[in-house]
Amino acid sequence: MLRYMTQDELARRPGLRDTMFRDRAAQFSDRLGWAVAVDAAGLERDQYDALDPLYVLWDAGGDRHGGSRRFLPTTGRCMVNEHFAHLNGGAPVSSPVIWECTRFCLAPGAGPHVAAALMLAGGELLERQGLHHLLGVFDANMERIYRRIGASPQVLGSAGEGRDRISLGLWSLTRQARARVARRAGISPALSQLWYRRAFGAENSSLQPA
Amino acid sequence: MKSGLERILETLEGAKAPADMQNAIEALRDSFAVRHMVYHWVSAAGEQYGCGTYSAAWVARYLERDYLRIDPVVQGCMQHFQPVDWKRLDWSGKAQRAFQADAIAHGVGHQGFSVPIRGPNGQFALFTVSHDADDATWAAFERRNSRDLILIAHYFNSKALEFQPGRTPAPAQALSPREVDAMTLLAMGYSRAQVANSLSISEHTLRAYIESARLKLGALNTTHAVARAISRGLIVA
Repeated sequence: MLRYMTQDELARRPGLRDTMFRDRAAQFSDRLGWAVAVDAAGLERDQYDALDPLYVLWDAGGDRHGGSRRFLPTTGRCMVNEHFAHLNGGAPVSSPVIWECTRFCLAPGAGPHVAAALMLAGGELLERQGLHHLLGVFDANMERIYRRIGASPQVLGSAGEGRDRISLGLWSLTRQARARVARRAGISPALSQLWYRRAFGAENSSLQPA
Repeated sequence: MKSGLERILETLEGAKAPADMQNAIEALRDSFAVRHMVYHWVSAAGEQYGCGTYSAAWVARYLERDYLRIDPVVQGCMQHFQPVDWKRLDWSGKAQRAFQADAIAHGVGHQGFSVPIRGPNGQFALFTVSHDADDATWAAFERRNSRDLILIAHYFNSKALEFQPGRTPAPAQALSPREVDAMTLLAMGYSRAQVANSLSISEHTLRAYIESARLKLGALNTTHAVARAISRGLIVA
């Protein structure tokens, strides 16, 4: 199932939390060879994890993480503006209706339905938090994955060539794109909404679409 | 025809002094017909600044009792950035229950909706609406108004950042000639179709120009982008 969690909630689920940071080490340090910091316990965390982000996790059962994304508002300190502004001609993106998502991670062996489920969670946040876009940096490999699950972003800028190309993009999932992603994930819209409501509560879960 | 809300926000956009923010928040409180509306900036050093409609007695009491340390709204919102209904916060502690009773006795209202705001360099502020209503009425109010309230919260914050003493203004981003053309025509009241036609571009391309201008201006929507482009002298209208 999809879980929407902040640090205080993750602290109550240390198994889920630590498998997330371990799977991030496996993906970003071991597989992709990025210069990320991995601690003695094998967990990958950075300065943005200390800024109280919102995480979306795929709970694979057995206290294990199956995949995750990390969200921060672009009005505050965030990774895209502090490290990737060059991909947008040096211009920071700062808007209350745009959140950045970073550290899109899949656990080893996680199927394509997990990637689709994580995109679907992004769709829930877009619609129910009154957002216009999600902003993210991705490499050539993720670009393929996004295309395969039917959720390609609008590219603002790129650097590098071939396998090494990284890009900055905006997502605004249309209703059709969300339906496509939900089918890929094998999750009904009703179930996705239930998971969202579980995290954010009935009172505050049903912003009306603009 | 402009809505009352748009008019108030335009006035706020043109605010030249903190007193104008106070007038705007009072007008908004009346327009939403709620008990209170408050914008509250808390600096890392614990200094507080803002505007709002709480009674002077309650503001003085809040400061005197140093309620900032225990207020579940402030404490809860610091860890999150999504808007929160007060019922979802933790009021179970003894100090928190006493604080809540004191707030209600001072006419704050027993329902609340707060929007946390994260600004540059770790800046933190809160925008709050409070009222007296039953749960169902309040839930309906939130459903109807959340989106507008989130935008209003950020309008207040961007104004407050402008008035911050010793601030270094963000370098203004120049608009490209095409973006200037598009925004100028929009400011003159042309529809999107008319703008696209005048510039001999597709509406799809026009959308891209508007979107990039909006991002450069840090604006919330097209109307806000046009207002900002005018007030910064980037376009003439």
